[in-house]
Amino acid sequence: MKLSLIVELLDARLVSGKIEGEEIERGFCSDLMSDVLTLETDRMLLVTGMANLQTIRTAEMADIHYVLLVRNKKASKEMLNLAAESGIVLIETAMSSFRCCGILYGAGLKPVY
Amino acid sequence: MVRLRYEIEGGNFNRAGNASSNVKKVLKQLNIDQRLIKKIVVALYEAEVNIVAHAYEGVVDVEISPSQINLILRDKGPGIPNVDEAMKEGFSTASQKVREMGFGAGMGLPNIKKNVDLLEIETTVGVGTTLKMTKFFNDATE
Repeated sequence: MKLSLIVELLDARLVSGKIEGEEIERGFCSDLMSDVLTLETDRMLLVTGMANLQTIRTAEMADIHYVLLVRNKKASKEMLNLAAESGIVLIETAMSSFRCCGILYGAGLKPVY
Repeated sequence: MVRLRYEIEGGNFNRAGNASSNVKKVLKQLNIDQRLIKKIVVALYEAEVNIVAHAYEGVVDVEISPSQINLILRDKGPGIPNVDEAMKEGFSTASQKVREMGFGAGMGLPNIKKNVDLLEIETTVGVGTTLKMTKFFNDATE
């Protein structure tokens, strides 16, 4: 799934990175970074309500290039800087995790498990 | 042989991951397989977060040779009273603050063990903990 479609479906805003890019194969939703760090999948979108610097650090370590912040959580300046430095695309939406996951799953984004 | 050293500040979540991030850049420059890099830096990051979450301060020593990477993390902190328990998934003594950062679910040490080839833990209650981890570079197909 293209990022542009995800942005459209979730009425999301791109706050870091570019809209064009590789195909995103899978999605994973968690606020628990410990859980995210156990994944062997990359090329995926992380859907999370956890908006802090460690969210971006976790994505960096786990080779996750796309992060969606839900429920109007705003990326801090430090998060934006780190995302830009690490090449992580960051988007924000007002929708809940549940709603985002439902929409994306319904549109064909595959789960990790 | 490449040798690197980083100091870790207990309690400072803003800097947690700086050492891991730097090591990741170095491993990329050395053209190490991307899947191996991920395993190494995930293990190191978990260990770095453990120091930030539980200890007062710590030092990370990194040695990279053509065949392997050795990571030694020494901290001054409370130590681990029962290592067998700490190695079980779900066992955690983390504070609320640590949990609010998305950690402290008791998955750190088991995940470190999963991602490295050798793991040694030396710990003394009230003094601190040393983690020695090794990852060999020749198992990219695993």
